[in-house]
Amino acid sequence: MARIAGVNIPTNKRVEISLTYIHGIGRTKARQIRETVGLPAEKRVSQLSDAEVIRIREVIDQSYVVEGDLRREVAMNIKRLMDLGTYRGLRHRRGLPVRGQRTHTNARTRKGPARPIAGKKK
Amino acid sequence: MARSVWKGPFVDGYLLKKAEEARATGRKDIIRTWSRRSTILPQFVGLTFGVYNGRKFLPVLVNENMVGHKFGEFSPTRVFHGHAGDKRARRG
Repeated sequence: MARIAGVNIPTNKRVEISLTYIHGIGRTKARQIRETVGLPAEKRVSQLSDAEVIRIREVIDQSYVVEGDLRREVAMNIKRLMDLGTYRGLRHRRGLPVRGQRTHTNARTRKGPARPIAGKKK
Repeated sequence: MARSVWKGPFVDGYLLKKAEEARATGRKDIIRTWSRRSTILPQFVGLTFGVYNGRKFLPVLVNENMVGHKFGEFSPTRVFHGHAGDKRARRG
């Protein structure tokens, strides 16, 4: 069990894969981190030495925004749009798609589960 | 895709001229414009623009946070009052 970037405890998977369990780190960044630390791709988290874990932590702290800080940054960006009175802010407030997608149908990710409309049957 | 940096921000020429003029002669009344596509530049901060939304000119007081956005973003073109019988939507 290794604790990296706050609460995250990835398992006995390969380092590159376990790191993606951290919010803000996907495959690309995970590979970059693994390469800067200089670990072989096959190495599993359980096989890491303490020094290596510390190195990984340092690299993440220095070069990436991750977990809580990242979430805060994203929330701040959205809040900024809302406070500014932009069209995009308005779409965020209404919980509708922001980037011009159609809403006649679909858009269920933003709108949530479909609500039945009263009296709509043939 | 984002606009190429080497092109610089897009602003309609006449708008820029009018804004400079307004700044030179001291802040005065709102500058009416149809140019919703123009980027808001740092030198527009503090000026008020009337941005056309297809019906009327909505006053937009530019502050420094708005720099980099387009004028059109601050002047909605559609009015949505919700659907009939929909309790959720606010009718305006």
